[in-house]
Amino acid sequence: MTAFKLNQKDVRTDAPATSPLLFVLANDLGVNGVKYGCGKSQCGACTVIVDGEPVRSCQTALSAVAGRSVVTLEGLREGGKPSKLQQAFIDEQAAQCGFCAAGMIMQAQALLDRNPQPTESDVRTSLNGNLCRCGAHNRIVRAVLRAAREA
Amino acid sequence: MTNTLLMDRRRLLQGAGYISLAFSIPAIDALAQAPAGDKPRLPGDLNSVRKIGAWIQINADKTVTLLIGKVELGQGILTAVAQICADELDIDWKQLKVVSGDTALVPNEGVTAGSFSMPNCGPAVRQASAEARKIMLDLAAEKLKVPADKLTVKDGLVSAPGAGSVSYWDLAVGQALEREATGAVKPKAAKDYRYVGKDVPRLDIPAKMLGEEIFVHELRPKGMLYGQVTRPPTYKAKLASLDSSAVEKMPGVVKVVRSGSFLGVIAEREEQANAAAQALFNAAKWDVEKGLPGNDGMPDWLTTTKPARIIETKKQPRAGGDPAVKTMEATYYRPYHMHASIGTSAAVATMGADGVMTIQTHSQSVFETAEAIAKMLGLEVSKVRCQHVQGSGCYGHNMADDAAADAALLAAAMPGKPIRLQYTREGEHRWEPYGSAMVMKAKAGLDKDGNVLDWDLHLWSTPHGTRPNKNPGNLLSARYLEKPFAIPTPQNNGGPNFAADRNAIALYDFPGHNVLTHFITEMPLRVSSTRGLGAYANVFAIESFIDELAVAAGVDPVQYRLRFMKDERARDVIVKAAELFGWDKWKKREGRGRGIGFAKYKNIAGYCAVALEVEVNKRNGRIRVLRAAAAADSGHIVSPDGVRNQIEGGLIQSLSWTLKEEVKFDDTGVTSQDWASYPILTFNEVPSIEVALIDRPGAPFLGTGEASQGPTGAALANAAFDAVGVRFRRLPLTPDRVKAGLGA
Repeated sequence: MTAFKLNQKDVRTDAPATSPLLFVLANDLGVNGVKYGCGKSQCGACTVIVDGEPVRSCQTALSAVAGRSVVTLEGLREGGKPSKLQQAFIDEQAAQCGFCAAGMIMQAQALLDRNPQPTESDVRTSLNGNLCRCGAHNRIVRAVLRAAREA
Repeated sequence: MTNTLLMDRRRLLQGAGYISLAFSIPAIDALAQAPAGDKPRLPGDLNSVRKIGAWIQINADKTVTLLIGKVELGQGILTAVAQICADELDIDWKQLKVVSGDTALVPNEGVTAGSFSMPNCGPAVRQASAEARKIMLDLAAEKLKVPADKLTVKDGLVSAPGAGSVSYWDLAVGQALEREATGAVKPKAAKDYRYVGKDVPRLDIPAKMLGEEIFVHELRPKGMLYGQVTRPPTYKAKLASLDSSAVEKMPGVVKVVRSGSFLGVIAEREEQANAAAQALFNAAKWDVEKGLPGNDGMPDWLTTTKPARIIETKKQPRAGGDPAVKTMEATYYRPYHMHASIGTSAAVATMGADGVMTIQTHSQSVFETAEAIAKMLGLEVSKVRCQHVQGSGCYGHNMADDAAADAALLAAAMPGKPIRLQYTREGEHRWEPYGSAMVMKAKAGLDKDGNVLDWDLHLWSTPHGTRPNKNPGNLLSARYLEKPFAIPTPQNNGGPNFAADRNAIALYDFPGHNVLTHFITEMPLRVSSTRGLGAYANVFAIESFIDELAVAAGVDPVQYRLRFMKDERARDVIVKAAELFGWDKWKKREGRGRGIGFAKYKNIAGYCAVALEVEVNKRNGRIRVLRAAAAADSGHIVSPDGVRNQIEGGLIQSLSWTLKEEVKFDDTGVTSQDWASYPILTFNEVPSIEVALIDRPGAPFLGTGEASQGPTGAALANAAFDAVGVRFRRLPLTPDRVKAGLGA
């Protein structure tokens, strides 16, 4: 049994401790905001925030988050409403297929948490390990900068 | 507006209140209901599915349901057709629900591909909606006892001056829409639209940003188990022997499925299924073949392999005149490309107690894939139902259909249990059907001023279309079953300028103009439709070569193109892109260059020109794209931001293809197996992009999704030439290749 905080709530799971956090979140705990993209920390689609740091959940064992706080896309909502960052992604229509969006938003949130007023270059560098195939990059950058501006 | 993830028929009927009967199983098959000769030609796909009620239902709960056969791939099609429907019906679009891509519910509109959705689905929805509105008006006129032309409609409420009002939902009882469209109702004028032409937020975006269930990967039906497949080490390898007993004892493993050389596993957990599939691979002994040409040998392989067909794509010898005073030639190469979806393909399949195999899939061809899977499983076609649920962007025929087939193979081995399967990254990278490698040889005969007299393009290509197409031999795993299905010989379908030869006929007006296509059906690597088919490579060659001719003639590349371009709309986008870029004000600096490229996609869809600036680092060979400007004409624009998004996204994807991408393989198999061995463009490499749209209100909708890739590739190579004076004709333009070029 592994216990940790998921989006501010205590959760317990009897999934094997060696299971990738990604699959535990997606399959045991019903989290949509994590995506399998590569399983090798190469694409960022599975990014979650663990104790304030962006982490690739595909290569993080469940046991590594025992007793810690995990935040996923779902946990960013504020009072049931989209967070500023989520709203900025919606306002900028920052997607085509949107499969990478969850990881992008979590990576960007971790950036904004430590650097609330990033430059465009900061945003690009921070997101450089998150892959997008549709070519929504510039929209995504605009969304992060908008969220910073409106915060 | 409700964004329907999945809607079963019962829910559709009950939830909606079901006023107007709209469909019956078997599904309304567009392709099987060829119109009788005496019926009027109707717009788009309405011509084949002619009943208004097949497309539109007026529901008791004060909503309207729009049913379409095209599916959402991230291109925004659901939103665009919803805009059209709401406008023509005069309803608030919050009153509209869209159901798409369920073989039991929607009109069969074939494959969602080729930039055909707006041209074929858009006009069908527009006409069906306009006719539904007319039916409502006639019913209201009768009820209110006022002539129909005196009535106005807002949000589905029909009003007559001084004679009261009545809503669609009061009127639409019984079989109101159960009639064929007539084609006699005229849709609205562009100026009367409320949603069309405006930027409306896309319907599917909020769910994706908030973590609501929307992707097939997120379906978790009760009792679901996880599947994975084990591929052979090479395309033609055969399973020689396997002792699976150890794998069967692995934690969570429920079943090992074997048929011939097909191996799959079902487990309680996803990671257990993946581990067991890997263990099966390790335990299996395979007979392996060699003999692939390898990525470096591919250009020679293409031009020395006997083609199945040599096609005269265009034959227009010059009629008389002076002989050319000069001849120029150049050869270009495009390697194999991956679709390289960020999410690997996935599906959920369940073999029901009623004998129906239901599959949730992100296939682009739900009807044809369902039929291929039925034949693979030996089921009647009516016993396989595919429901489209969104997946990761596909950019053509990726492994979506293979995942549907594999989930079904596993589900068939365990009736009653929903099986979800998502491929591993390596499984997708090594086994997806790539965009075909191609060689293009261009040759021009010129007059004394460097003008083109004779233009010849010869191209060599393996196929671009191996979609399921109702044939199990096109499903990857079906080839390995105990009773294997043979790969059908691919065709270069669709007439001239359509597949390998897509955009091979330049839009320029040359006195002599010949195009010859060497169509090779042998496939060293598995290939199928990848965004634009042959268009990217052909436009890369044509637009690079015309640049070479302009340089040789000492003429500005924009002006040189305009000399031969008669199509006014083409001229407009070329001029507009140059203006937006600041072509005439641009000043040359050391190591920097500018380039332009143009195409009218398929010569029948969207027009696009791209101008961009690069900086070439001569020391390390790296090309950095500094900025890009694109101009596009997609006819009457329904969703300006949707068009912009497609042009922008296509441009970035093409920069990635052009700068970085090549599927690597040796004599046995593909070695590009992850994002390190097949890198794509990242944030730091994406330039700023400006897009100018030229709207043509009232003109036909033109497809946009594949308009910008060809022009971008050529513009990039042209800009690199402008920067360093070296012509790069072999893709991709990697630092190594640039350095080699500079050293030559």
